[in-house]
Amino acid sequence: MLLRRRRTPLVCQQAVALMTEYLENHLSTRDRTRLEQHLAGCPHCTEYLAQMRATIDAAGHVEPDDLEPEALDDLVDLFRLWKEQ
Amino acid sequence: MSLASCAVGDPDMELLDALRAGDEAAFATLVRRYHTRMLRLAESFVPTRSVAEEVVQDTWLGVVKGIHRFEGRSTVKTWLFRILVNRAKTTGLREPRNTALDDSDGLDGRFDATGHWNQPPEPWSAVDSKLDANALATRIKECLPQLPDTQRQVLVLRDIEGIDSAEVCELLGISATNQRVLLHRARSHVRGLLELELGRS
Repeated sequence: MLLRRRRTPLVCQQAVALMTEYLENHLSTRDRTRLEQHLAGCPHCTEYLAQMRATIDAAGHVEPDDLEPEALDDLVDLFRLWKEQ
Repeated sequence: MSLASCAVGDPDMELLDALRAGDEAAFATLVRRYHTRMLRLAESFVPTRSVAEEVVQDTWLGVVKGIHRFEGRSTVKTWLFRILVNRAKTTGLREPRNTALDDSDGLDGRFDATGHWNQPPEPWSAVDSKLDANALATRIKECLPQLPDTQRQVLVLRDIEGIDSAEVCELLGISATNQRVLLHRARSHVRGLLELELGRS
């Protein structure tokens, strides 16, 4: 999309736009190389990528809410009704 | 496809076999394990918490009635979510909202006209003591309702529930490209919200 002129180096905004595809392993070898070259010389985009990774890692730590005992009781009652049918 | 997404090695398979035999304890264990996860996903489809609760209850009934149709081609978890999503979609979806956020990546004004940072990200290592995955996780949970619905659905399924991309596309009925776009926007938004939390100066 952004990368028709493949020989020009990436600017930060383009690098940021590619980061999910990079993390998803969905970039062509060429685009991956261009992104990695940009990252090697750009501490801000390197920081941004680290923050994206930290965000993904933190999302993996999001716990479900506790189950209310009444909700479980209601469902078990439903299950019993269903079994009796 | 990752190992975790195959039915082989699925920790819930035994429970499902027991449930098939009518085992109430197996049903209760599945409910304990997945009920509030399903509620979280349902809330991103339907207008209110109480409608979400109805959808999830209806899903559990669908599970016990339709258990003979489970063929083990996905994990039990993905199968539960598939039934849930199908029911949620036929229940009446939320009013579209947050349209201004839908196409943005939360980085408006952060780049100059040449595409270089004019307001670069503040290093999170500067607030190292706060940068604890569990603390950030709590913040992410709080900000989920701020995301546009489709972004929220993709983020919950991919990054919170850890379901692989092919299965998420199938569950939500979206293309792989669309899923990557939604995931990118969702993660970008959440990063931006965490950045505010972590005290960008």
